[in-house]
Amino acid sequence: MSDRRIRVLIAKPGLDGHDRGAKVLARAMRDAGFEVIYTGLRQSPEQIVNAAVQEDVDVIGLSILSGAHNHLFPKIMELLEEQEASDVLVIAGGVIPEQDIETLREIGVSRVFTPGTSTQEAIQYIEEQVGGSDACKST
Amino acid sequence: MQIDVKQLSERVRNGHAGSLARLISLIENAEPQAVEVLETLEDRRGSAQIIGITGPPGSGKSTLTNRLVGALRDRGETVGVLAVDPSSTFTGGALLGDRTRMQSLATDPGVYIRSMGTRGSLGGLSRAVFDAITAVEGSGKTHILVETVGVGQSEIEIASIADTVLVLFVPGLGDDIQAIKAGITEIGDIFVVNKADLKGASRIKTILENNLELEPTNGDWKPPVMLVSAETGDGLAELVHKMDCHFRTLSESGRLHERRKRRHQGEVVAILQRCLADRIANFYDKQSEKKDVDVEKPRAVANAIWESLTDLEDGGE
Repeated sequence: MSDRRIRVLIAKPGLDGHDRGAKVLARAMRDAGFEVIYTGLRQSPEQIVNAAVQEDVDVIGLSILSGAHNHLFPKIMELLEEQEASDVLVIAGGVIPEQDIETLREIGVSRVFTPGTSTQEAIQYIEEQVGGSDACKST
Repeated sequence: MQIDVKQLSERVRNGHAGSLARLISLIENAEPQAVEVLETLEDRRGSAQIIGITGPPGSGKSTLTNRLVGALRDRGETVGVLAVDPSSTFTGGALLGDRTRMQSLATDPGVYIRSMGTRGSLGGLSRAVFDAITAVEGSGKTHILVETVGVGQSEIEIASIADTVLVLFVPGLGDDIQAIKAGITEIGDIFVVNKADLKGASRIKTILENNLELEPTNGDWKPPVMLVSAETGDGLAELVHKMDCHFRTLSESGRLHERRKRRHQGEVVAILQRCLADRIANFYDKQSEKKDVDVEKPRAVANAIWESLTDLEDGGE
């Protein structure tokens, strides 16, 4: 009998201090039955990846509004690979220009959610990708 | 999920963080392989010093944990942190935010931090914590800090797990009646008045000390009350010193063995409760399939099931 829960790390890489979106999403995921590990502001790629490994999360959600995604995300993907954790689903949200999305997808970011996305859309995407959280559904 | 028990066990023993993390997930998810791996780590049980940290929400447990880990790292210890936050009773979801206060430790290879949801437990911890401690001990950490959920008054499960229990108080939460109530005021080996830079801290210290005067002395240890500011680090060195003193006193008096036995008893009872609860639920399902149960009479039905299940008596006499 298994009692699996989807575990998600919500992280704010880099130097912007805007975490409203991250917190709203964290709360919505909690209500969807996920275990959300919130790590706070101004995280380095090393901090994020180490936390993801120690917490054995299924998903890393990166929230970024500073514009430094092209610099920080490749580093995060690289470290995940290094730490044998490339099976973790990486999604991103925040202010990310359309023309950067394809590049991010190429380095392994599974999906980029731009402003206006509903919390339900993100939650549904995660459930589709890593399986439902409901203990009754699993075997 | 296919797990190579031997390989996972070896990697945990070598201190590999990702493997320890995977093992704790198996434990939390009640996967049967978890038990197989844990059995290979049992020779390392008792190898770590276990420190419990409990207190009301917002009293600074995570911030203090962060500081304590820093102090222990400074003298070369390796540390595991199990930080428990509440799971929702309604959705099962949880927002685990203790790491927010421990960011500076995230890149230290001598530290392993794991956030855990209570997943239905009400005693301030998660059911999986017992086994998670065995897992972290198996990874060779010298110290394990277990941080409970923000407790109210009666969540004292931590006392059955830790060698040393720190109970946190902060100024402004109530009068002297709070200090003489039963519950968490009875389980502290060390009382910490945190946020001691705030007004009213020394008054709380006096109230707690007066109250402790009336406690029956527990062997050769009289719980001290320490003024600490986890934020600034004031009083931290003295606190660490007291923690060392407490552990030494426990070891020298033989009471450490008693504490460890209490942890063992808690584990055995918890395992049995789980087995029994599963068995009873199954039995009930089977019985109610065969014939209609009388839904008006829960006690009579329970008695009938109990009688047909077992005749366990006290101490197996």
